[in-house]
Amino acid sequence: MNVNKDLQNERNKCSFNVRELTEFIDGGKNRTLERKHIEKLILAQKDELFGGTPEDYLSHKEKYERAIQTNVIILKIVQDFMRDANGGDLTNYRDVLTTLLNFVVSREGTPFALHFMMFLPVFLSQADEEQQMEWLPRAWNCNIIGSYAQTELGHGTFIRGLETTATYDAATKEFVLHSPTVTSYKWWPGALGHTANYCVVVAQLHTKGQCHGIHSFIVQVRDEETHMPLAGIRVGEIGAKMGLNMINNGFIGFNHVRIPRRHLLMKHAQVLEDGTYVKSRNSKLNYGAMVFVRVVIVFDSVNYLSKAVTIATRFAAVRRQSQLKANEPECQIIDFLTQQHKLFIGIATCHALKMTATKLWDTFNEVQQQLRGGNLERLPELHALACCLKAVSTADTAALAEGGRRACGGHGYMRSSGLPQTCAVLDAACTFEGDNTVLLLQTARFLVKVWRGLDTLKLTPTVAYLRTTLTEGFNDKWDNTVEGIIKGFQTVSMRKISECVSCMAKRMMSGMSQEEAWNMTSVQLVAAAESHCRVIIISYFHEEFVKVSSSFSPALRRVMKLLVELYTLYWALDKLQDLLKYTSISKTDTEQLQERYEDTLNALRPDAVGLVDAFDIMDEILQSTLGAYDGRVYERLMEEALKSPLNAEPVNRSFHQYLKPLMQGKL
Amino acid sequence: MELSMSANEDLAKERARCDFNVSEITNILDGGIERTKQRKKIESIALSNGKCRDVTPEETLGPKERYENAIRKSCLYTKIVKDQVLTLTGLEVLGSNSSVLRRTADAFFKDISPFLLHLGMFVPTIMGQGTPEQQSYWLPRALDFQIIGTYAQTELGHGTFIRGLETTATYDPDTEEFVIHNPRLTSYKWWAGGLGKTSNYCIVVAQLYTQGKCYGIHPFIVQIRDEDTHVPLPGVRVGEIGPRMGFNTADNGFLGFDHYRIPRNHMLMKNSQVLKDGTYVKVASHSKLTYGTMVFVRVMLVNEVAFNLAKAATIAVRYSAVRRQSEKISGEPEPQILDYVTQQHKLFVCIATAHALQLSSNWLWKTFSAVLADMRGGNTENLPELHALSSCLKALSTSDSAALIEQCRLACGGHGYMLSSNLPLLYSFVTATRTYEGDYTVLLLQTARFLIKAWEQAESGKPVTPTVSYMEEAVVGNKYKWNGSAEGIIKAAYYVAAGKISSSVASIRKRMKNGKAFEDAWELTGVQLVAAAETHCRAVICDVYRKETVRLTANSSPNVKTVMDQLNMLYLSHWALERTGDLLRYTSTTEDDIISCQQRYEELLAAIRPNAVGLVDAFDFPDEILQSTLGAYDGRVYERLMEEALKSPLNAEPVNRSFHQYLKPLMQGKL
Repeated sequence: MNVNKDLQNERNKCSFNVRELTEFIDGGKNRTLERKHIEKLILAQKDELFGGTPEDYLSHKEKYERAIQTNVIILKIVQDFMRDANGGDLTNYRDVLTTLLNFVVSREGTPFALHFMMFLPVFLSQADEEQQMEWLPRAWNCNIIGSYAQTELGHGTFIRGLETTATYDAATKEFVLHSPTVTSYKWWPGALGHTANYCVVVAQLHTKGQCHGIHSFIVQVRDEETHMPLAGIRVGEIGAKMGLNMINNGFIGFNHVRIPRRHLLMKHAQVLEDGTYVKSRNSKLNYGAMVFVRVVIVFDSVNYLSKAVTIATRFAAVRRQSQLKANEPECQIIDFLTQQHKLFIGIATCHALKMTATKLWDTFNEVQQQLRGGNLERLPELHALACCLKAVSTADTAALAEGGRRACGGHGYMRSSGLPQTCAVLDAACTFEGDNTVLLLQTARFLVKVWRGLDTLKLTPTVAYLRTTLTEGFNDKWDNTVEGIIKGFQTVSMRKISECVSCMAKRMMSGMSQEEAWNMTSVQLVAAAESHCRVIIISYFHEEFVKVSSSFSPALRRVMKLLVELYTLYWALDKLQDLLKYTSISKTDTEQLQERYEDTLNALRPDAVGLVDAFDIMDEILQSTLGAYDGRVYERLMEEALKSPLNAEPVNRSFHQYLKPLMQGKL
Repeated sequence: MELSMSANEDLAKERARCDFNVSEITNILDGGIERTKQRKKIESIALSNGKCRDVTPEETLGPKERYENAIRKSCLYTKIVKDQVLTLTGLEVLGSNSSVLRRTADAFFKDISPFLLHLGMFVPTIMGQGTPEQQSYWLPRALDFQIIGTYAQTELGHGTFIRGLETTATYDPDTEEFVIHNPRLTSYKWWAGGLGKTSNYCIVVAQLYTQGKCYGIHPFIVQIRDEDTHVPLPGVRVGEIGPRMGFNTADNGFLGFDHYRIPRNHMLMKNSQVLKDGTYVKVASHSKLTYGTMVFVRVMLVNEVAFNLAKAATIAVRYSAVRRQSEKISGEPEPQILDYVTQQHKLFVCIATAHALQLSSNWLWKTFSAVLADMRGGNTENLPELHALSSCLKALSTSDSAALIEQCRLACGGHGYMLSSNLPLLYSFVTATRTYEGDYTVLLLQTARFLIKAWEQAESGKPVTPTVSYMEEAVVGNKYKWNGSAEGIIKAAYYVAAGKISSSVASIRKRMKNGKAFEDAWELTGVQLVAAAETHCRAVICDVYRKETVRLTANSSPNVKTVMDQLNMLYLSHWALERTGDLLRYTSTTEDDIISCQQRYEELLAAIRPNAVGLVDAFDFPDEILQSTLGAYDGRVYERLMEEALKSPLNAEPVNRSFHQYLKPLMQGKL
């Protein structure tokens, strides 16, 4: 391979073993080998997967067709591999899912994502055993393709407001699904437009004249043989979006469609044959699937951010612009501190969020054991944590990827860079599966409850700091170390929650209702929940690093330690106003922080390319003219441009039809 | 499924409760009642014939079909402008008034017209840099669209740092021609809008060589395609650069020359000339005069992003009045999301910023015109200040607008992600302006250079220019004591700017003391310098926005005065709260001051709430220009979303062919 010289130089001076870091990121040596094996299988079908006109030159309809073509191949490869590897066992579902998500080769998503991300998990968490036996094998083998339809045209985050109804008819032992208004049409589910033939539909359950709130139903949407929509169902796709144009988002409406009684998912609630409603044991159990999906979203966001920083960092090493000193040659833009400031935080964030999400995931699995034993103590806490973690990680990754895109100047605006599509995926995550503002308010609700019960409640681990920060002398003396900054953030979070609570109390004293006071204070509540989340991420990142670093080689330990430092300093400086307001930090301390931050950027500079190489994203998955491993940036930009159908002919027909008549005054 | 045709009731109620005269604010934003009248006349001419509409949504077409459609509509629109609008307004509309034409063009293009740079850069460059003879030769043909031109400066390998451009123009006295050449791939011109397939002429910026010496970059007019056949001329390699995040109908192009010859007088010679024998003659102090076109283009850009932000705010506010979600009080019907303070927090600052930027851009234009008049008298003293100001104003306004448009999009939840909402396209358009015509970071560093110089002058007691006069007071070192009035906040903002500049200066000096060269010290302080320039610019915007609001509403009705003042205060408190860290650090603001500022801010949100829809109505966008399912005047949000979806070509058939080819074999295990 002919590698760009600057990029080669960067690799030569990298201070640590890249492969070691890759294996850590993958989760072990074997995992890396496994991934590489799948990559080989994918490359064996390179022509079918990556040949032909680049997807950006296709129309909306052609993009969909391409998405089906390529993703069917990928699905088959991963399915076969997993079957060979663990005999189709579902125990390691997260691995299957992350593997699939890692190998999405279409840059605007895949129509099969929802089948694995929502359809199957919902079955696992909401169907009773008999229903699981009936449906799961077929779904797992992709004999049926499913989607998950909850959001409606007029109703999103507030699911109690959904309008679709499922009314039980005891005479025929069926539910009648109906969409009474245009606002009740389901809108957004991936794959629903033209791909899925089954769908989990969330609807208001009515039986014996009473509404029991929302429940999930499995509904056949299309004929398995002809794929034609079934009678009474109106289904289609919702049109072009900012990104994710290959996941085939759809709408669906029901006109008195009848489904069997047993198509209600009955693990938590049942409707008996005579129409009697039997309530679930614990409604909180539904949190489970939500926590799962939100953790998966964090992993997936990290995935996309690591693509974006790989592209932006390699480009910054190849691109030369301006002179640092007069008469010197133009320098690599990665040498500019302002550029390092934009990029390195992205690298650190990938690690910070991944470690945090992994820890949340592990904790969640432990708690699942307790749940089965009937102990629900930690569920609200983990739910609150998953909410704010989803919100903060999607917002951060979207912003940092966008920052990376802008750091590539105009070329980052080219779709051939892969950056606009990557940003569009991350952007979507900010509003789907719970809008970020709404999620932060949920976390805030939990925090306020904890704060109000501080004297009496037994505090669960992630909020235990709320009490320790109150102990005398906790934060009297500012300390510029990572531990010190974490303590500072804990104080900030505690103070913000406490201020929200007293602000609401004040407003209620002056006559506002509790709801109004909550709404008036919500800007501050959102900020408080964010602060809490920052405490968790920074301290988890730090703790996990300390825990795992003993197995690192000294060189890797050094560079990872720098990343932890960088991450902590970055957020300390970003939230300086909070620290100044709530802690004893002095002006001199802040100046030292700034200086140390700048020194850390400098220290990381020589390892920057090595750090992104360690994400080990192969060119075929990265799909970027700016970010390819060999750094042939300008050549690839031109090669891709020349593939444009417009460039296939020197003069476009519109010249003769319109331009020429206009210029000659004959239009 | 019956889709109702009647207008949304919530929106009608909002309009009924609006307590000020909407058209009064429209007139203020347009720059006077006469301007409003003319704009409306132009809009009605251009929009009434329905030629701006598409049958198939543009975003479902492939890039090639989209381009062809854009050319068709560009020609139709140009013809309307030529035949009907110009007779009404005269050529003047193409100059400083061109924002009206730009605004109306948005009804024809969801994305952008391939002709954008013809009037946006080609014509202004000839006006700014051509000699009178050159102007009289080229301008009539260009203004009549007999030729279509663009402007090619940026190269594949070179952007903001224009001294690094590689394209060469070497004078050959034997034939009295320039030889234009691209020595390597990185020197290919890249990005120019309309260059790929549309333009037949192009202004090319190249390094001028004559008599064996390089004189730096100069502009040349180059014919690239045959006027009759449109085929690229021999020695010219031209094409389009491929799909982008936005601007996809602008056929941005690449261009390379292989020893391509053009006549000597195709060099634009107002500021410098090459004589027949190859002698280079400098006519005017070149570097300063070219500032002129740059400032002009930046003023236009600020105006344009303000206008696009106003669109996004209109869409998001109207949608928030129609959308109902969640329960604020249990048992009550779902409230309009506009009633949530978090939503108001996201949206109202967008309305205020649209005003702030629009008024700042008008103000900068006025100031600039005055300086231009000075320059004719030979006085170029104020140019560096104006240039620094236009640099940071461009940087901040494009960056603020992009961020706020994105905020509007996010505030519309999932529906904001639909292209039919028009918010994604607005964002992708405006975010590009953050990079082109001077990248955000680079521009702020330029401003920082000016600020540091000014600070040193102030330190040594020398007089400084008006926009930095605050330094004279701040350099003394007293801490400013907060008071919550508008003037107090503005003053505090200036003190913060001064504090940051002073810290940057200290940082640079410390590093130099430790043995670093100035350039290295400057570079290491880059992050702080950018922040300092940003704060300076923010203070200027706050100041200008305040003064212009007071001036423009002097004769307004009381309620208009009130609401304009509330918006202005909202903007000021918003930024004070965003920068509390700076205030705590560089002024003697206390925690209590901040708490009361926060409270005032929340009260302002509540005060503006009933007038929010009226305020966006005052931007007065016809639906054709807004092009949004979520933002149309009648509020038929859900019906329009569904109507647009049904137009998707995928929905024309119940089963797509890929089912038979791939899906079915997969599901039946036969793949």
